Amino acid sequence: MTVVPMTAGTHDLIACHTCGLVSRRSETPGRQRCPRCAAPLHKRIPRSLSRSWAFLIAAMLLYVPANLLPVMAVTTLGQTRSDTILSGAAYLLLHGMWPLALIVFVASVLVPLTKIAILIYLLISVQRRSSWRPLDRLRLYRFTEFVGRWSMVDVFVVSVLVALVHLGQLAQIEAGAGAFYFAAVVVLTMLAAKTFDPRLIWDNVSPRDER
Amino acid sequence: MSSVIPHHHDLVACHECDLLQRLPPEHGPARVRCVRCGCVLHSHGRDPVALPLALGLSALVLFVLSLSFPLLHFSLQGQLDSTHLIAGIRELFAQGMPVLAVVVAFTIVIAPAVHILLLIHLYLPLAFGRRPPAFAATLRLAQAIVPWSMLEIFLLGILVATVKLAEQASIQPGPAAWALAALVLVLATASTQVHPHRLWDRVA
Repeated sequence: MTVVPMTAGTHDLIACHTCGLVSRRSETPGRQRCPRCAAPLHKRIPRSLSRSWAFLIAAMLLYVPANLLPVMAVTTLGQTRSDTILSGAAYLLLHGMWPLALIVFVASVLVPLTKIAILIYLLISVQRRSSWRPLDRLRLYRFTEFVGRWSMVDVFVVSVLVALVHLGQLAQIEAGAGAFYFAAVVVLTMLAAKTFDPRLIWDNVSPRDER
Repeated sequence: MSSVIPHHHDLVACHECDLLQRLPPEHGPARVRCVRCGCVLHSHGRDPVALPLALGLSALVLFVLSLSFPLLHFSLQGQLDSTHLIAGIRELFAQGMPVLAVVVAFTIVIAPAVHILLLIHLYLPLAFGRRPPAFAATLRLAQAIVPWSMLEIFLLGILVATVKLAEQASIQPGPAAWALAALVLVLATASTQVHPHRLWDRVA
């Protein structure tokens, strides 16, 4: 006989997301609310996997135009030059600003791709009821949650540049559609991570495989 | 029949792995972690009300400063200009990218403003021993808004943009840049000092 770890879920208890109070699950169907703070109670985030997949797939689709379309166009003395995310990082590298190129490359290329890959892996592993190294998978989840927001840096660079450089004839910077798609990718991956319920990772784990 | 489990107020379920655990008594360690996954379950020690209130009020002052003073001074071939925090948002609107402008406005103005105002809304009444209006909803919103407030990332964006233009133009930080840097530190500290469980114990 395997021993099941005592979780709230296995003991018909629900912890409130908002105030932390542990209550007994009601047997009557329908929405249950926390007796202390009246927030809706769910054993796990409702439809966590399908909603997380939906945000993630949308993010993957928009990732294509985000990288192909220019994020901004710089016009100096009649000449216009447009940059995509990658060509912007390459420009910095070629002009000897490699620390900056590294920041842009990590935040705009490495982080979104890693985040999408980790979320795909977590979603599939939960769907396949994997019990493999739950703690490491939880650490992957925490990593994506913590690091995902930093991809917005390129969008902010564009917004600062368009504000700084609009000096009439001398120079003009215009935001490109790529910036919009890129911001959408960041927001969608953040939503995908938010709707994924990390407790699902532990639901198929027996104490034997815990570490 | 109440569905609260009687005499089990020290029972917590880890919000990352759902393991049921009993909290140690108040004089235990300052920070209690889940034995299975290491997620912070509870922390006590510092005053749960005075410190967040002080941080919230400081943040309000710094935020007003960062909105009202110039963020960057800019000179290119003899032409001088300065820019404010919200100039980028206005410019994106003017260039026909309203959705992008709204995303930037939300992450660097609206979300930080909501975060700061909710901190004050929650902690000012608590400091006087009163239950804040709409306590449950505002406490939930105060936690949910934090990841969408991206001033620290915006600060990195300013740095990248400044270095990018350094070859062509001379750029100096304005007063708002310093206020913004301080605001980032204050808000980051504030978001680690919100302890919903302890606040509920106080108002319940």
